[in-house]
Amino acid sequence: MPATEQPTDVVRRRRPRARLVARYLLLTLGAVIVLFPVYMALVNSLLLPSQIAHQPPPLIPTNPQWHTYPDAWTGGHLGIYLRNSAVQTVIIVAGQLVTSILAAFAFAFLEFPLKKTLFIVFLMTLMIPFEVTVATNLTTVSSLGWFNSFPGLTLPFLATGFGVFLLRQAFLQIPRDLKEAAQLDGYGHLRFLWAVAIPLARPAIAALGVFSFLGAWNQYLWPLLVTGNDNSVRTVQIGLKQLLNTQLDQLNVSLAGTIIAIAPLIVLLVVFQKQLVRSLTAGAVK
Amino acid sequence: MRTRATRRHKDWALAYALLLPGLVIFSIFTFWPFLQNFKLALYQNPPYPGLPSTFVGLSQVGDVLSSVTFHQSLISTLLFVVMVVPTGLLGGLVLALAAHKALKGMAIFQVIFSSTVVTSVAVAAVVFGTLMDPVVGLLPWLGLDPHPAILSNPTWALPAVAVIAIWQFLGLSFIIMTAGLQSLPEEVLEAARLDGARAPTMFFRVTIPLLSPTIFFGLVVGFIYAFQSFGQIDILIGSQNAEFTHTNVLLFYIYRALSVQNDPGLAAVLSIVLFAILLSVTLLQFRFLERRVHYAGN
Repeated sequence: MPATEQPTDVVRRRRPRARLVARYLLLTLGAVIVLFPVYMALVNSLLLPSQIAHQPPPLIPTNPQWHTYPDAWTGGHLGIYLRNSAVQTVIIVAGQLVTSILAAFAFAFLEFPLKKTLFIVFLMTLMIPFEVTVATNLTTVSSLGWFNSFPGLTLPFLATGFGVFLLRQAFLQIPRDLKEAAQLDGYGHLRFLWAVAIPLARPAIAALGVFSFLGAWNQYLWPLLVTGNDNSVRTVQIGLKQLLNTQLDQLNVSLAGTIIAIAPLIVLLVVFQKQLVRSLTAGAVK
Repeated sequence: MRTRATRRHKDWALAYALLLPGLVIFSIFTFWPFLQNFKLALYQNPPYPGLPSTFVGLSQVGDVLSSVTFHQSLISTLLFVVMVVPTGLLGGLVLALAAHKALKGMAIFQVIFSSTVVTSVAVAAVVFGTLMDPVVGLLPWLGLDPHPAILSNPTWALPAVAVIAIWQFLGLSFIIMTAGLQSLPEEVLEAARLDGARAPTMFFRVTIPLLSPTIFFGLVVGFIYAFQSFGQIDILIGSQNAEFTHTNVLLFYIYRALSVQNDPGLAAVLSIVLFAILLSVTLLQFRFLERRVHYAGN
């Protein structure tokens, strides 16, 4: 190695430690900024009402009031809202998976007239954001008598162009030989779909499932428009809107309700991070 | 021959049967309501509920597009986008760069930085609404005068709501940027390093250009996200507030036209505008992707 390169080597060896410290400082700062709002909600949910209004605000709950959590669950109808959100989410996720798997299979493995045109029709739905269809959808759902009901809440979302696109890509990765071999073994199309294609495309199906779950659970505009004033199908997101209007002496309970509402999604994030990332970046990486 | 033909026809029938559920849902809840907008836009709401709406042709479209409320709404929406998207992308990029190294604890940081992607708009609004509250919030502690409350203050309401949207967008932005960084060609980076490129040069001359498709994708996603935000405004500011004109972003305007003013004609005109804007952004992305694929092919 030429002698002239030695000084830079020394510099490079000494600087990493300072850089490492700087990097961890930056990471910690970022983590504090990201977590602080939810952390404060957690702290406030455990304070007495008199402590919440105290300035400076307490950063650690010295006398945690754990009862706010059961109070939020029973008092604020939160239990019902969470149940409604769960039902709505399960229906939407199941519906999207079924319709996407069926359509994607047809596009990936079958030959039929108008195949290209129909695929473009499915893709065109990606160009029409749901928000621009709400005016008429509200009328449709009401005239069918489904205002303030689970069918009204979920039907418009039972199919997804994104899901068809994502799963078609996954099915196309399956070697053609496999399909032919299955055919020789006497497998019909549907048996091949069930026994071979679905198991092989499991990662993509899981990614779509997690993506659908997130979208369905966090929906705001449609439930706001289509649920009535009683609690029968009101979802937790709309329930949270009312929590904010509560009195100061109930604020800790409201925030406990908010923490309960995020909990399922934190679990989703920790357990299914890989699938979530995969679906969210599906359009980015070609 | 005949058996093959029947089998082929069976395949066709199966294919159409498999597509049917999706097609039915899309026809009823996507295509028909979308097209219906163009009809609704031509009809004016009756002055009293119960009367039939009257056909007014394009005059309603002209009235809405030339109204002050619509212009203010567009300006508020654009201001909101400008406040949210660049800040959110830059924040996500900084966090992604910091976490893009095989070091101890990095997996935890990655979960933390992605975490805001799972928060709902309602959760974010409640959490931040508390922090911004004049009585129980943080402002007095930070030495800022909490009165009038930021969320009912025409100057600060929109930036305050934008802060919430930035925080929420940070998770998605981080995930997109991280995926982009992970897909960078290691050979090119290594070659630049061997050529003795220093860190800043590496970053601005190599990493950023290579990352530009990701950044562009992030811009489009951020733009669409910001255009579709309205929950924070509905929850924290609401229609009752006298200052709402400053936070009356396009989607909130549509929501009010539907559920407060009960005016499907107005909502339809606004929906067409929203569609036109989002479509142009998406088409821009497709053109860009095509070019990129072309370059990659060479």
